[in-house]
Amino acid sequence: MSKTITISKAIGEALHEEMVRDENVFLLGEDLAVMGNVYAITKGFLEEFGPNRVIDTPISEEGFVGMAVGAAIRGLRPVVELMYDDFALECADPLFNQAAKIRYMTGGQCNVPMVLRAPMGAGRRNAGQHSQSLENFFCHFPGLKVVTPCSARDAKGMLKSAIRDDDPVVFLEHKLLYARKEEIPEGEFTIPLGQAEIKREGKDITIITWSREVNFAMESATALENDGIDVEVLDLRSLVPLDWEAIVRSVSKTHNVVIVSEEVKRGSYAGEISAQISEDLFDELDAPVERVCGLNICSPFSPILEDRNFPNPEDIRNAVKRVLNK
Amino acid sequence: MTTEKYSKVQLLGFYNTMVRIRAFEEKAAECFIKGMLAGNIHLSIGQEAAEAGAFTAIQPKDYFTSTHRGHGHAIARGADPNLAMAELFGKKTGYCKGKGGSMHIADIKNLNHLGANGIVGAGQAISAGSAMASKINGDDSVTVGCFGDGATNQGSFHEVLNMAATWKLPLVWFIENNAYGVSTHITKITNTQDLASRAIAYDVPYSIVDGTNPTDVFEAMEIAMEHARSGKGPYLVEAKVFRYQGHYCGDPANYRPKEYMETALENDGIKKLGTRLVNIGTTDDELKSIMQAAAEEMNAAVMFADQSPYPDINEVFEDMYVTDNERCVVR
Repeated sequence: MSKTITISKAIGEALHEEMVRDENVFLLGEDLAVMGNVYAITKGFLEEFGPNRVIDTPISEEGFVGMAVGAAIRGLRPVVELMYDDFALECADPLFNQAAKIRYMTGGQCNVPMVLRAPMGAGRRNAGQHSQSLENFFCHFPGLKVVTPCSARDAKGMLKSAIRDDDPVVFLEHKLLYARKEEIPEGEFTIPLGQAEIKREGKDITIITWSREVNFAMESATALENDGIDVEVLDLRSLVPLDWEAIVRSVSKTHNVVIVSEEVKRGSYAGEISAQISEDLFDELDAPVERVCGLNICSPFSPILEDRNFPNPEDIRNAVKRVLNK
Repeated sequence: MTTEKYSKVQLLGFYNTMVRIRAFEEKAAECFIKGMLAGNIHLSIGQEAAEAGAFTAIQPKDYFTSTHRGHGHAIARGADPNLAMAELFGKKTGYCKGKGGSMHIADIKNLNHLGANGIVGAGQAISAGSAMASKINGDDSVTVGCFGDGATNQGSFHEVLNMAATWKLPLVWFIENNAYGVSTHITKITNTQDLASRAIAYDVPYSIVDGTNPTDVFEAMEIAMEHARSGKGPYLVEAKVFRYQGHYCGDPANYRPKEYMETALENDGIKKLGTRLVNIGTTDDELKSIMQAAAEEMNAAVMFADQSPYPDINEVFEDMYVTDNERCVVR
């Protein structure tokens, strides 16, 4: 049995089910209690779970993310929400120096089972400080897991896995996916972290991507059929852990790779994956790996400019043709 | 002459802790100078009275966070000097299996010691998060965030105190004000004489005490702990202390006027408490034997640390992740 719901609703279902299942799960963040979150994801939670478990915070990201770390060390499972992933720069220390490192620094004495949910991505005309895709930044710090779902099914199943995971997980939700309606299975289910999914099988080239760009890659792949190009689309779904085996299988089959992400190209995680493929799978490649990313600029406001700043299906098509020399 | 309101046994309790902290720190410094241990160590010498006093008011069920200058907190809490010293030496037998070192000693399971921290002020939010956990769990433990004067100028001080006060979290912040952040004197960077007085801005009670007197600190902390435990929210205690060494072991502290140490030594907590003890009939020999025992204990700790093995090289990847560790550290 399946049902069709929005991705924001799927995320809300995951939170709700986990809060019912485990009383150690609680929510902390700006405007998620009384208002029920900017995207109405937690509407009604305050009434159902009470003020001890659904907590509106002041605009103090460093403070409340740090408090979540302390609560997690004590064995609770905070799900903290940033209103935008850009605000991770406000709470860099608790996230990167504390949550990510405390287990290792204490020789494994504690777990930090917290989830940081953060809406990411461009296309919503939010300008330079509310539009970034910071996957590279989150992936840099050992200790964190980084999850980037695209579909409603993955958003629900992987958020449930993230909440049950004993490590700190950064859960990146693309803002422009929230309103998409998709089919998901009825009832409870989980999807493990660290398993990529082949969204479309193909033999000529692999597009490795995640989050909203998966949809653009699928569009490109359909269009490229007319050019006689058979594209495989690999949705990584989580960046740490990385499903390297899935990459190896796909690259060994197609021998050509394009990596697509919305990140600023310079220093991107897309570049990291490209480097790993070049180092370890060089003999499998027929052509250099190409990255299709955002530009090396601040995210612009004007729609005409912003739309230039993240890969669209045409950018991806062109990159595929360049790599295949067609 | 004032009458002593504490018994000899009580005062000897403080004295013993203070002497043991100093002995640990002097041994650590000696080992550092001899090149037996690497990295940075930040010593609590001069702050023993404050730490012994504060931790006497903290119950076993309570939690605490510590700082880069945290050996004294650990010893005052009852940490095993062997395991603490071994951690300073980077040995496998240390509290953190040699992965944290001096700035990251923790014993979460046995001592509710949530960890020392290398980032000044980071324990403020972690301690409040622990207090939040106590509130959510409905237990009656209090969490004490220990930090120094320098940490009161971090933004998190204000963010976290505001939240803790609003939500009435069972939190006590114990500030040891030694007047120096590395080389910078507090009056050059801070406009108020006292630091805990900032609590007024958040409608939080506070007290300021002489950190060279363990019983003054103990009494202030008892009030603070009771306040926090009874559901009234956070409380701040500021103890004025002296930092005898430079910021780190090996820092000659040339930036300090010589009067600083003259005043410090005149107010030495161990010396003053020794006098109080003698005044109620303790003999010099009794005091000496406490010092002797502490020196022997810390010698043994050095021996333990020195003879302990280093971590196995294969442990370098361990403990990064709870699940899927191998995959997460490879790529």
